Amino acid sequence: MKRLTVIALLIALVGAACSTSGGDDSLTVYSGRSEDLVQPLIDRFVEETGIEVAVRYAGSSDLAATILEEGSSSPADLFFAQDPASLGTVALAGLFVELPSSITDMVPTRFSDTNGQWVGTSGRARVVVYDGTKVNPSDLPDTEDGFVEAEWSGRTGIAPTNGSFLAFVAAKILSDGEEATLVWLKGMAANSSPTYPKNSPIVAAVNAGEIETGLVNHYYLLRALAENPGEVGENFFFTVPTAGSLVMPAGAGILKSSGNQEAAQTFVECMLGDVAQTACAEEPCE
Amino acid sequence: MNDKSSVVEVGVVAGTPAAAPGRVRAQIKKAPWWLWVGALAVLAPVSISIGALFLRAFGASTTVWDTLFTTRTLRLTGRSFLLTALVTVSAVIIGVAGAWILTRTDLRFKTAWAVAFAMPLVIPSYVIAMTLISSGGPRGLFADLIGLPLPHVTGLIGAWITLTLSTYPYVFLITSAAMHRTDPSLEEAARGLGSTPTRVFRTIVVPQLRPAIGAGALLVALYTLSDFGSVSLMRLDVFTRAIYAQYSGRIDRTPAIVLSIVLMLIAGVIIWGEYRTRGRGAYFSQKPTRPPSVHRLTALKRLGATSFLMVAAGLGAALPIFILLGWALQSVAAGEGFFLSWAAVRGSMTGATLAAIFAMAAAIPIVVLGVRYTSRKTVWLERSVFFVFSLPHLTIAIAVVAFTVRYARPVYQSLLVLVLVYAAIFLAQVTGPARASLLQVNPALEEASRSLGKGTFATLMRVTVPMISKGLLAGGALVFVTTLKELPATLLLSPTGFSTLAVRIWAAADEALYARAASSALILIAVSVLPVYYLSIKPKDLTDR
Repeated sequence: MKRLTVIALLIALVGAACSTSGGDDSLTVYSGRSEDLVQPLIDRFVEETGIEVAVRYAGSSDLAATILEEGSSSPADLFFAQDPASLGTVALAGLFVELPSSITDMVPTRFSDTNGQWVGTSGRARVVVYDGTKVNPSDLPDTEDGFVEAEWSGRTGIAPTNGSFLAFVAAKILSDGEEATLVWLKGMAANSSPTYPKNSPIVAAVNAGEIETGLVNHYYLLRALAENPGEVGENFFFTVPTAGSLVMPAGAGILKSSGNQEAAQTFVECMLGDVAQTACAEEPCE
Repeated sequence: MNDKSSVVEVGVVAGTPAAAPGRVRAQIKKAPWWLWVGALAVLAPVSISIGALFLRAFGASTTVWDTLFTTRTLRLTGRSFLLTALVTVSAVIIGVAGAWILTRTDLRFKTAWAVAFAMPLVIPSYVIAMTLISSGGPRGLFADLIGLPLPHVTGLIGAWITLTLSTYPYVFLITSAAMHRTDPSLEEAARGLGSTPTRVFRTIVVPQLRPAIGAGALLVALYTLSDFGSVSLMRLDVFTRAIYAQYSGRIDRTPAIVLSIVLMLIAGVIIWGEYRTRGRGAYFSQKPTRPPSVHRLTALKRLGATSFLMVAAGLGAALPIFILLGWALQSVAAGEGFFLSWAAVRGSMTGATLAAIFAMAAAIPIVVLGVRYTSRKTVWLERSVFFVFSLPHLTIAIAVVAFTVRYARPVYQSLLVLVLVYAAIFLAQVTGPARASLLQVNPALEEASRSLGKGTFATLMRVTVPMISKGLLAGGALVFVTTLKELPATLLLSPTGFSTLAVRIWAAADEALYARAASSALILIAVSVLPVYYLSIKPKDLTDR
């Protein structure tokens, strides 16, 4: 193992040498947020600043794992993630730089890392999406705990491997404790809740009449409605505040290994700027 | 159609090294070192990565092995085997039935039918899955047409239908080529002695076709086992989906690595199983003396045969294309544009073209070593070409990412690695036809060139390569088409900012925004049709030199 570390270090050194000698004005962004949400913002950034941006799109936790493997010589300058858990993992590994207060001050503290390693760029709420033609909203439970009841058996779609579901589970552990969360998860599994890879197929499945309800983020339905106003899905916010009605930030951090810190900071500022925020609120409906 | 079949057969199946025919004389000559360098240039990086993957898994902590031996892994294994068995059986039945109808009956417009019946070959399985999902169900297209609430096409049934549709053409092409080659006199003798057509089919036709059907079934089984896109869209938890979930949903990559090794072992078991049951039967490769006499179909049977062909080709090719066109028009009508990215078209073309060139270049030394310098080492070389071809792409991609990020950082996430991996995965598709071509070249020609003072390298480039160029090109065209559709390796290994049609289709389908995938899918299909058409008109030059 020691030898592997030495080899890894050597390669890391060579890699670092390469990336600094590169030193051009372009940015590499790892984006856990999907292309159709983010690319318009990035196109605008490129247009305004003239800084070239190459984006690698994949799942947030996938990219977090990639950054951890790449370690201190990651080719990425920035990590743009969909959920705080992925950002937190990279922060914990000490791979982010501390952001200057000019950036952190732009964001309410509850949507950023306490140590200034990353900032939230937009928020998304966890909701229940339901089929308005089959389910009466007054029949929906007050909290996510209601969905483990037998009456909801096989009717509620979840995306257990998706980053935002994991963030919700983490929040539930914090608020209800590990044991209660485990009981809930087992209850959902025992209730044969259909599983999906991510949020949008759940919303699509509700609209297609495949399932009646699903635990998702709020804006996927808004996006589906923007494409086809006839969709039957509707959003429901839990009446009792729990982890199930969590509002969580998508955020960005700058990697220590970035050879282009200044441009990276400009990028984050731009994502927090008025134009991007308005676009954010209008386009992906966040 | 006959011609097309024979090429695809040579292209896809002849990856299995056949026994060298007797007319190649025993070579005691030592192969020049640079042939070996060329032969290993493409294969070695992938093989080494897979070796490193094993090391990493065995070096993993014991907790990983504990999580491996769980009921979940057992369930995954069971489900993967079940799906593989179901798809293999149904694809073989459909493929063989279609081949029989189109070679042995008096159905009209057989050539046109054959082209349509083979058409699903150019449509990626995830596109078929996507169109089936959206057109099934109580609010889908079919329900609207018939006016009945239909069940959803997802899960095991959905994956079974999708993969059957996208794999039966392999069986069809291979078996119909074999049917064209078998001598009809045996069948006629049996019928003359009073056997019913069914009995003739069972006792004479099928046994003669056994090697071809076996080869087709093997191909279908391996394809099903490693398919990732359609099972994910159908939400069927089999190995590939679980591996991808572990890979993309967890910070720790070791479980994904361990599971992908298990998947590789299952592929090994399938290859071994086919090898063991292959039997010692001889291949009937003599040229038939005359075309087979055809069965006259009664009107009812004709209707049955026609509807059978129509349903298969309709679901596998016409429906997807029709739905994609509908989506594309819809989004244009809604003023949303085509969602077409030129960068993706460029990326696909670049990747597929380079992959084809690399694979053709690597195939030359491999077939020359295998045919002209046959030894135990070259047999292993050819076997490893087929072994890499049969591995699940997801496993290969995970291995290469894990290897390059640690030990080959300068080329990590580079186009070079992506193209090398494509070329290695699909190499068998070139070595097959190239080998068949080279077997037809008389070694005396090369000896003459050498005796006239040309060196070994000059002889290779000026005599051998031109003589096998058609086989190489046919294989290259196949590599081009399969690379365009390739998904898992493309997803994991693409350079940052590199976009392809396959990835765009996948990203849209994964978000259930099917309409956005339409234009990319249509372009991908259109681009694939051309090389397949080339294969179907050119092959005469390949097989009967």
